[in-house]
Amino acid sequence: MTATWGDDRAETALRAAGLRPASLVAGLAAVVVAVTAGLTLGPVDIAAHRVVIQLLDGLPAVSLDSGLSDAHAAIVEQIRLPRVVLGLLVGATLSMSGAAYQGAFRNPLADPYLLGIAAGAGLGATVAITSNLGDGAGALDPVPLAAFAGALISVTVSYAAGHLGGRSTASLILAGIAVASFLTACQTYVLQANSDAFRQIFAWILGRIATSGWSEPALMLPYFVVAAAVVLRYRRALDVLAVGDEEAAALGLEPRRVRMIVVLAASLGAAAAVSVSGLIGFVGIIVPHAVRLAFGTSNRAVLPLSVLFGGAFMVLADLAARTALAPAELPIGVVTAFLGAPFFVLVLRTSRREIW
Amino acid sequence: MTAAVSVRALDVTLDGTRVLRGVDLAAAPGEWVNVIGPNGAGKTTLLRALLGLVPFDGDIDIDGLGDNHRRAARARKLAYVPQTPVIPPGMLVADYVLLGRTPHRGVFAAETANDRRIAFEILERLDLEGFGERAVQSLSGGERQRAVLARALAQQADVLLLDEPTTALDLGHQQDVLELVDALRRERGLTVVATLHDLTLAARYGDRIAILAHGRVAETGPPTEVLTVQNIAAHFGATVRIVDDPEGPVIVPTTAARRSQAEPAPITQNGDQP
Repeated sequence: MTATWGDDRAETALRAAGLRPASLVAGLAAVVVAVTAGLTLGPVDIAAHRVVIQLLDGLPAVSLDSGLSDAHAAIVEQIRLPRVVLGLLVGATLSMSGAAYQGAFRNPLADPYLLGIAAGAGLGATVAITSNLGDGAGALDPVPLAAFAGALISVTVSYAAGHLGGRSTASLILAGIAVASFLTACQTYVLQANSDAFRQIFAWILGRIATSGWSEPALMLPYFVVAAAVVLRYRRALDVLAVGDEEAAALGLEPRRVRMIVVLAASLGAAAAVSVSGLIGFVGIIVPHAVRLAFGTSNRAVLPLSVLFGGAFMVLADLAARTALAPAELPIGVVTAFLGAPFFVLVLRTSRREIW
Repeated sequence: MTAAVSVRALDVTLDGTRVLRGVDLAAAPGEWVNVIGPNGAGKTTLLRALLGLVPFDGDIDIDGLGDNHRRAARARKLAYVPQTPVIPPGMLVADYVLLGRTPHRGVFAAETANDRRIAFEILERLDLEGFGERAVQSLSGGERQRAVLARALAQQADVLLLDEPTTALDLGHQQDVLELVDALRRERGLTVVATLHDLTLAARYGDRIAILAHGRVAETGPPTEVLTVQNIAAHFGATVRIVDDPEGPVIVPTTAARRSQAEPAPITQNGDQP
C-alpha cells in the first residue's frame, strides 16, 4: 500500500488512545513470565519445558510425555496451577477494580477499598471466625461468604448514604470513609471480645493466595468475568468522564449512571477477591498507576493492562510469599507492599509522564 | 425562520434561590447573541439550562431536537465550551478532540475513520495539526482554548455555547479566539450564544446583546441600543463613557477623580456644604 505523506500524517496525528499492540504484548508477556515462574519455582524446582508439556498433556485429545514423575506432575497440576490461577484472578480483579474506581471517581487515591469493602469484609470474616460458624458446616466455608456479604453491604450503604449527602463524588467518598470507620470499629470490638481468635483473624486480614484444589479459583472466576466484562465495556465512557460530570453530560454521557454501574461492577469483583484471599492491599493503587506511567492515562489502555499486569504481579508476589521463608509463608499483603512500594517509587522516579 | 435556540419563560431555582426568572431569549440560525451581565446574574446558569444540566421550568426549544430528551441527541445539536474546562491529566490533544465525537458514536463504540478525519480537519482548521500527540495540559492558554473549541466543533452541532471564552487570555488571544469563532460561524452557519465580560468585545463580535440582571433579561437588541451609559450604570453599577467607533461602541470606564472634575462636587456624607 502506498499512502501519501498527507494521509500518513493524518493517521499518526489522530491515532485514538487505546490499547496499542505493543502494550498488549508487554502485558501478555508479563503474564507468561509470572505463570512460568509460579509453576516452575518453589521448594521443588521443575524445568519450564516439562511444565509446558505436562500442561499440554492435560488438554483434551493431546497425549504427551513430560517426563515428570507422578509426584512432580501432581505438584504442578494440583498444587501450583490452581494457586497461580487464583493469583491471576485476584490480582487482575483488584488492579482492574482500583483502576475503575480511580477513573469513576477521578481520584488517584481511590482504590477498591474506598467504599468500605475491606472494612465490611473484615467485619464479616471476623464475625464468622469468632462465632465458629465454620465448625461442622461441612462443604461451604462460611468465612468467605460472610466477608463477601459484609463487603457488598458496606458498598451499598456507602452508595446510598453518599447519594443522600449530595451529588458530588466527594460526598460518596466521605460516606465510604464513614462507613469504613464504623465497620472497622465494630470489627475491633468483636475482635477485642474474642482475643483467642486474634491470630486467625489477623492472618485473614493480611491476605493469602491459598488454594485447596480448584474450589477457590472456581469461586472467583465468575465474579472476575462479570466485573471485567462490565468495567472493560465502560472503558471509553470512563475516558469521557475524565472531563468531569458536567462536561461529560454536555457530551451526551449520563455521568452518574456510568459511575454507578462501573463502581458496582468493580465492587462486586473486589468483594469476591477479598472474600477468597483476604485484604491484599496496595495492588489496586500501584498497578494501575504503574500502568499509567508506562503506557499513558487512557482508560482504554489502563483497564485491560491493569488486568494483565495485576494478575502477573500477584502471581510473582505469591511466589515470593511462599519461597522467601520456605517452608513458612509470608502474608501476601506484606509482600505486595514490600516489593510493590519500592518498585512503584522507582517507576515514579523514572517516568516523565504527567498522570495526575 | 424558526429560531435555532429559543427560551420562553425560563425559571431556574438552585438550592432554593431563584437564579433565573421568566427569561425569554432566542437566537436565529447563524446569529451570534452575547449574554452580558454582572457577576451572579445567571449567565452560566442560562447556558447550563440550555444544556439540560439543571432542572428548569418553562420552555427550551432547540431546533431539530423536538421532544428528544436524550443527552446524546442534545449534544449533537449543542456544543459547549465551559469557562473553566476540566483538562484530564495526561490526555492527548487528539483524544481530547475525539471526545467531541462521543454523541455521534455512542459511548461503547470505537472511533471510526470518519471520526478521526473530522477531528483532524478541525485541528488543521484551528492551527493545531502538530499538537495531536501533545498533552492538553502542556499547551499554553491560547492553544488550550483552541483545543477546547476544537472538541466542541468536533460535535458538529448547529449551536455553539461559549461561557466566557476569553477569560484568562491576553488581548491578542482573546481576539484570535473570537475571530476564529466568527469565521467558523460564517463558514459553517453556526449559531453562537456566548457570555462575555468584555463589553467592547461583546459589541464587536455579537449581532445582538442581551443584558441579564438579577435573573431577568433586562435589555436585548443590537449593541448600539443596548450598550448605553444608563444601562451599564443600572445593571453593572459601572460609570463609563461610550466612544463611538466605526466598528461599534467602545466602553471606557471612567475614574472617580476624572468624574469629580467634570461634574459638580457631590454633597459630602454629613450634609455639610463644602
